Amino acid sequence: MPDGASPVLDVKGLKTVFRTRGGEVHAVNSVSFDLKPGELLGVVGESGSGKSVTMMSLIGLLPSPPADVRAGEVLFGGTDLLRCPQDHLRAVRGGEIGFIFQDPMTSLNPVFTVGFQIMEPLRKHMGMDKAAARKRAQELLELVGIPDARRRLDDFPHQFSGGMRQRVMIAIALACDPKVLIADEPTTALDVTIQAQILELVRELRRKLGMAIVWITHDLGVIAGIADRVIVMYGGQIVEQAPVKDLFHRPRHPYTRALLKTIPSVRGEREAKLNVIEGQPPILIAAPTACSFRARCPHAFDRCARENPARRPVGPGHDVACFWDPAPEASDA
Amino acid sequence: MLTYTIRRLLIAIPTLLFISLVIFLILEMAPGDPLADQPLTVPPEVREKMRAALGLDQPAWVRYLLWLKQFFWTEPLHLVDSLFGTAFADPTGRIVSWQFRAPAMDIIWQRLPQTLWVVGLAYVVGVVIAVPIGIISAYRQYSWFDNLGTFVSMVGFSVPTFFTGVVLIIVFAVNLHWFPSIYDTTLKVTDWESFLKQARQMVMPVTVLALFNASQISRFMRASMLDNLQQDYVRTARAKGMSEKVVVLRHVLRNSLIPVVTVIALGIPTIFGGAIITEQVFKVNGLGQLLITAIYANDLPMVQTLTFIFAALTVLFNLIADVLYGVLDPRIRYD
Ligand SMILES: Nc1ncnc2c1ncn2[C@@H]1O[C@H](COP(=O)(O)OP(=O)(O)O)[C@@H](O)[C@H]1O
Ligand code: SF4
Ligand SMILES: [Mg+2]
Repeated sequence: MPDGASPVLDVKGLKTVFRTRGGEVHAVNSVSFDLKPGELLGVVGESGSGKSVTMMSLIGLLPSPPADVRAGEVLFGGTDLLRCPQDHLRAVRGGEIGFIFQDPMTSLNPVFTVGFQIMEPLRKHMGMDKAAARKRAQELLELVGIPDARRRLDDFPHQFSGGMRQRVMIAIALACDPKVLIADEPTTALDVTIQAQILELVRELRRKLGMAIVWITHDLGVIAGIADRVIVMYGGQIVEQAPVKDLFHRPRHPYTRALLKTIPSVRGEREAKLNVIEGQPPILIAAPTACSFRARCPHAFDRCARENPARRPVGPGHDVACFWDPAPEASDA
Repeated sequence: MLTYTIRRLLIAIPTLLFISLVIFLILEMAPGDPLADQPLTVPPEVREKMRAALGLDQPAWVRYLLWLKQFFWTEPLHLVDSLFGTAFADPTGRIVSWQFRAPAMDIIWQRLPQTLWVVGLAYVVGVVIAVPIGIISAYRQYSWFDNLGTFVSMVGFSVPTFFTGVVLIIVFAVNLHWFPSIYDTTLKVTDWESFLKQARQMVMPVTVLALFNASQISRFMRASMLDNLQQDYVRTARAKGMSEKVVVLRHVLRNSLIPVVTVIALGIPTIFGGAIITEQVFKVNGLGQLLITAIYANDLPMVQTLTFIFAALTVLFNLIADVLYGVLDPRIRYD
């Protein structure tokens, strides 16, 4: 992951709004980040902070209405995915960008065999005939560690356990050798042991295949183990971005600091949810005109109520959207 | 699946016997005398003879067993005879309609085509238009198409067929003279001319019933599609880069059809029940009308036989619906 390499994915000023009966919900506000080739970018933030909406906006997966991707640019392979023709977007989806979702129990179509569902993108994007697609589907199942792959191609999703279904989802996402894999809380719905196995699998696949990965989670413990770089989201905005070591050793944003305190000492406990931070996530009914964390922030001061802090650099590859500067000794903690 | 089907068929036997007994007992308890039509001048002894001729001098349980024997033994044998030219059945042992003084099954076979043509065709037409309407309505929820569909099906479903039927008759038959107001059951289709005539007289009853059926089924289809459009697997299909056509017509539709096919199968026995009211309104001489006239005439063997056939069809199509469910949904395993 050389620092200077040009990004595979470059997101600038992304804004997504939901039009609801109660008014507009500003789910994603001017989110900018990039993804380097082969890098694993962790995205953390408590539930409702806009992680999923951000990623789904990128590749046009949000139903519109109610979603409206209002502004921004998503540069991928020289095209802006927000302004390209639908056909191109569909070729990117499942072809060059693979997606894994949170709930493997419901993410597969119950009435088609697993083999059929893996073969679908192969036939569409790679133009394979049935036999070639089937052969490749079998290889993919072997790749994601499903035993007896050839026979299991003809099984239906309900015949697989949760962990195995998530492996199938990974096989689908990787089917066409994507440059980018977006994994939206892929282990949240799984048992701890299965979770560890899936993490191990992704680590191994990354070594073998070298795609860039966006890994969404609300478990910082998981991030510490696999990410190169982390972005922290709060209230539909990125509040901090840092290389993984920096984030854990020199967290700058009060929200990140609070998150780090919630990591349980014994790793792998399921209680590692972020919503143990006191207070409620912000209600996103308007574009922010003040820092959205201020109601829960121990360091808030008058400026925080007047302005929404922009991201500012605080170190190499490290930036934060906060007006407050920790005392120097505290920042080494 | 096979053992399940066989088991269900075996369970159906006591069910059907029980149903036949219940029908018999209800008809037995119902007031009304099959000889009520006879003039009062008929002397009592003659009247007794007539009762005996109808078998009414026998106790109820004997008559019930006789009906069972007739329905499950003599009639099937007779069917075999008429199909293969054999002579197994006792020609005097058949169920005889009191009203027609002819074998009840023969009359039913005679009336069946009318019902199948009008009511059956209306069902098919209803399904064929309901499924695409349901799909489009769900995919374009709250569009003008969906709103129009909602309105039309509300009307179609809540306005009774005798009302829509009469309205159509007044407008298109009485005022505009486009279609005949009375269905001519004696019409035989022999050439193009008579075919057109048959088609013209079928238009109104088929329209009325098809509207009613389509209203119901399109609502089911829409609801089922909406349910499935929300599902996570739809997002997966889109994330795989599948076209909207594939997402909707392959992934969503295949799932949505499961409950709808079941509902359609369950509705088929009602075809044979012959949309009694519509047949009355348009004077279609089908099974529904046969049942009504048989009830008026106290023609107990006919009522018993028809009612039992409807009940048996309901049981049969329930079974078919369950089996279809298992065939269509891989998650269902019956064995
Ligand atoms: N369909 C929707 N309609 C209205 N608001 C939505 C919808 N989907 C998501 N949101 C809002 O967007 C915000 C971000 O959601 P999401 O990206 O799913 O959070 P998470 O970080 O947990 O993935 C939430 O506050 C949620 O209320
Ligand atoms: S900007 Fe102010 S309120 Fe917001 S996190 Fe920083 S110190 Fe807290
Ligand atoms: Mg999410």
